[in-house]
Amino acid sequence: MKFTLSWLKEHLETTATLVEVRDALTMLGLEVEGIANPAETLKGFIVGYVVEAVQHPNADRLRVCKVDTGNGVVQVVCGAPNARTGMKGVFAPPGSYIPGTDMHLKVGKIRGEESNGMLCSMRELELSDDHDGIIDLPAETKTGIPAAEALGLDDPVIEIKVTPNRGDCLGVHGIARDLAAAGLGTLKPMKVERIKGSYTSPIKWTHGYEAKPDSPCPIVLGRHFRGVKNGPSPDWLQRRLKAIGLRPISALVDITNLVCFDLNRPLHVFDAQKLSGDLVMRQAREGEMIQALDGKTYELDPGMSVIADSKAAHGIGGVMGGEETGVQPETTEVFLEVAYFTPIKVAATGRKLGIQSDARYRFERGIDPQSVQWGTDVATQLILELCGGEASEITSSGVMPDWERSYTLRADRVKNLTAIDVSAKDTTDILAKLGFTMSGTGQNSEGWTAAVPSWRPDIVGEADLVEEVTRVAGFDRIPTTSLPRLSATSKPTRDPLQRRVPQARRSLAQRGMNEVVTWSFLPLKKAERFGGGGADVRLLNSIDATLDTMRPSILPNLIDAAARNEARGLSDPALFEVGPQYKDATPTGQARVAAGLRHNMAIPRNWEGPARTVDAYDAKADAMAVLAAIGAPVENMSAQAGAPDWYHPGRSGVIKLGDRVMATFGELHPELTTAADLKGPVAAFEVFLDAPPPPKTKATKARSKLTLSAFQPVERDFAFLVDAGVEAEKLVRAARNADKVLITSVRVFDVYAGKGVPEGKKSLAIAVTLQPVERTLTDAEIEAVCNKIVAAVTKATGAQLRA
Amino acid sequence: MDDLSAIRSEALGAVEQATDLAALEAARVAVLGKKGSVTGLMKTLGGMAPDQRKEFGARVNQLKGEIEAALEARKGLLGNAALAARLASEKIDVSLPARPENPGTLHPIGQVMDEIAAIFGDMGFTWAEGPDIEDDWHNFSALNIPPDHPARQMQDTFYLPSRADGTPMVLRTHTSPVQARTMLNKDVQKMLADGGALRIIVPGRTFRIDNDATHTPMFHQVEGLVIDRTTHMGHLKGCLVDFCRAFFEVDDLPLRFRPSYFPFTEPSAEVDIGCSWKGGELKIGAGDSWLEILGSGMVHPNVIANCGLDPAVYQGFAFGMGIDRIAMLKYGIPDLRSFFDSDLRWLRHYGFSALEGVAR
Repeated sequence: MKFTLSWLKEHLETTATLVEVRDALTMLGLEVEGIANPAETLKGFIVGYVVEAVQHPNADRLRVCKVDTGNGVVQVVCGAPNARTGMKGVFAPPGSYIPGTDMHLKVGKIRGEESNGMLCSMRELELSDDHDGIIDLPAETKTGIPAAEALGLDDPVIEIKVTPNRGDCLGVHGIARDLAAAGLGTLKPMKVERIKGSYTSPIKWTHGYEAKPDSPCPIVLGRHFRGVKNGPSPDWLQRRLKAIGLRPISALVDITNLVCFDLNRPLHVFDAQKLSGDLVMRQAREGEMIQALDGKTYELDPGMSVIADSKAAHGIGGVMGGEETGVQPETTEVFLEVAYFTPIKVAATGRKLGIQSDARYRFERGIDPQSVQWGTDVATQLILELCGGEASEITSSGVMPDWERSYTLRADRVKNLTAIDVSAKDTTDILAKLGFTMSGTGQNSEGWTAAVPSWRPDIVGEADLVEEVTRVAGFDRIPTTSLPRLSATSKPTRDPLQRRVPQARRSLAQRGMNEVVTWSFLPLKKAERFGGGGADVRLLNSIDATLDTMRPSILPNLIDAAARNEARGLSDPALFEVGPQYKDATPTGQARVAAGLRHNMAIPRNWEGPARTVDAYDAKADAMAVLAAIGAPVENMSAQAGAPDWYHPGRSGVIKLGDRVMATFGELHPELTTAADLKGPVAAFEVFLDAPPPPKTKATKARSKLTLSAFQPVERDFAFLVDAGVEAEKLVRAARNADKVLITSVRVFDVYAGKGVPEGKKSLAIAVTLQPVERTLTDAEIEAVCNKIVAAVTKATGAQLRA
Repeated sequence: MDDLSAIRSEALGAVEQATDLAALEAARVAVLGKKGSVTGLMKTLGGMAPDQRKEFGARVNQLKGEIEAALEARKGLLGNAALAARLASEKIDVSLPARPENPGTLHPIGQVMDEIAAIFGDMGFTWAEGPDIEDDWHNFSALNIPPDHPARQMQDTFYLPSRADGTPMVLRTHTSPVQARTMLNKDVQKMLADGGALRIIVPGRTFRIDNDATHTPMFHQVEGLVIDRTTHMGHLKGCLVDFCRAFFEVDDLPLRFRPSYFPFTEPSAEVDIGCSWKGGELKIGAGDSWLEILGSGMVHPNVIANCGLDPAVYQGFAFGMGIDRIAMLKYGIPDLRSFFDSDLRWLRHYGFSALEGVAR
């Protein structure tokens, strides 16, 4: 919403400065987004009097002018055809910046004649496109005064952001009312005079449906004018509209725009001679077409309301008038429409048709229903004043919407909610100045009753009254009070399950991976490849097909991210993300997952040792590290085959705790890496952070007691020959369980198949650590444990001890 | 006599001439070995008369001690030289690069979430979460956003197919639905009834149909909610002043509270922080300009009632701010879109080490 300072002062008697007005607006909740002062760009430009203009001796098209600047006479060479002796123009002294040509003026000679400045055209000052000649100011303009003043441009344009609840501030009068309430001056009353009509309107209003207070259009007024003279509107009106970026069209149209921005009262005028019969507010017919004032044709439906005559629709209710019956410069008979449209209906219609208009913007926020009366009066005054002619009696149809209501404001409510002490008098003063009718004393907790003015549809309860008092009293009066402590010590912000996210993130970053954050959505095809893409997780209105389905896994996004990096020449990415994935649309269908991948080289080429590509064991290490970091019981977990089909079927696995899957890991399926144009293996993992059971809550943070044995541990190596298909973990587990007291660790240190090992077999070597507890073990005792280990492993896996 | 002095000079000469430890050992064996010259002398003692044995024995022992000392001294000397030679041969080129290691990084969003958690945790807030796929009621209706509100329209909100019961489903447009989910929780209601105070922060993903230079269809917000019987707007101000100063690490950071409008708060305030733009560079702190960073207000009585609490008894405040935005401001990250591009150069430049901030 834009307006100028002088326009504001038409409604507000004030001595406040621009800065005071700016700050007050922002602190009232009418945030100032910008102030543009045309006088700033025209600084230095002054009114010059052309004492003499003679033909340039060396150029047919140039004139040499003597210009009185009010501070001496200078010679200027001018090329404008309209430069003449005795005229007043806008003079730019040397050193001026000419915005229209992006030039800094210098003293110079033009075809041998000295030129000390310039006489400017409108285009050179970027005031309009006019470049037919230099600006020709009225003869009575004072020589030497600032050009901005002479051009009526010494008027700052203020732009404010109006929140959706403050439709009443979409007119300058409403803005002035708020400023007056805040103590910045006195609101000037609206000049409304009822003008009696001199004849019966030949066009009557009717409703096509029964008009009720909540109808699309509950009430409409109008009147006929004859003998009017349209044409350009007066300068002051054109200037006002131009200042806020509107294009003057004709007096009648300009009047409707003025009332719209001045008083937040959208109007429409028809060329009465183009209408057939009476006007009716009715539902649009299915498929009914209308050409609107924006020149476009729209197809309507019965959910929309139209203004129609006996032949066709000529306006879309509350949104836009029709092209066909709009006024022209030569129009002499007009019909004025002043209606109230219900916000929801206007919003729905405007949205459906995709029309943004000043009328829709205001109607959908809710205008003052009473403005059908005073709006008619104000518009009548202006039409008669600027276009002459005579007005008919007023015609109307419908009923006034229900707007009268009042709310109680408890005496202590403002204090309790905002901690500001606003006196009883100030409270009632503020609300009264905003237009509320106050009753009650506010004493003894009795409170007040505030009747809401017709222009404030946003006020629907006590909390709104509190807000009105608070914002006018000033948010800067709210004290700054730190929150009282709830307890002597601060507790952890996150619970143990929530802490798993930062634990996972930090452990993976520690392992040399780079954390990324990627979209929650991805293309349907990718979702389907990763076991997702159900109908309930597909967006109905995605931005495009690449972001149309909720991700069932983070990996597809990481694959894309890795491919993007490789394409940029950033090799061997190791990326991870800790975030949500979505199985379905229910709250429990969302899971917290830590997923990551490493592409190609685990150890890049280097001077010291061999390079190595990544494999499933890198991914397993990452997954196990995350599980350990989040406090999951990794020692009880087992890894086995059976990862989902986006992994390499032979080089992937799942990590389980009992039957429950904690993580999946492995090399990605080559089909996926090839499709992503990733050369070399990709080792990926997904850890389901919600899967491990929550840790038992303990009363104390104290750990269990640590007992350290005083005796040397003993290590023994075993090499077993097993079938090639036997899983190492099975063998290790059997060995470990052979003696749960003495055996503290079992480590695989060699896996071998090939020469010396029979076909279909492999050699698995383990190192077993025995930790004596009570005394040093004798050779016989060690021998006994070793035999138990061999027996247990043989029984579990069919292994043979290698000689 | 002659015997002893000859042995002495021969032995000491051999020690002196040994140029390495092996030669020295040979010299030692020649004197003190089983068949060595001094050992030979010792063996002769058994056959001597006691008087003679005593006198000769003492001299032999002295000689033995003298030779042993010479051996020890020579051994030390030769040992040091051998060590020095070995060390000299073991010299490496320390300018060769260390073993390759990829320094991992944390994304600024998670880092800022951790910072937020620490600061609000200190003020007694706990972390709450909710689903990204929300129903229309939690995302809109519960929060006093009427059905005809522009936010509900297709151009702002991502919709998913409605549930079987007809409930429209959306991607949450803000973290505010977790306000409703938390207040509706029976344990929370009991805690409040018992006189307790609810203080939560809700960081998370949010979604809106926006995709241009400064908007992304997914972004991050942190919601704050305080509900009890006495919390007022002064506390809101205090809480946000304390947070912003701690977060931006500017002790005297000025904050400006301006009236605004949100359907779920009343009164509503937008909050600006002080800044300056000297030389086109943003500096956060006391300055001549303001930067809008968050929206806030007292929780609307309708929201409290919608969540099953009595607005005549309970009141409190709520706020919401963009995590990505405050991350950009604090760490000088210019472009929002780059947050989600996974470019390694960006991750390494704007990312944080795994240990960053843990110590705080």
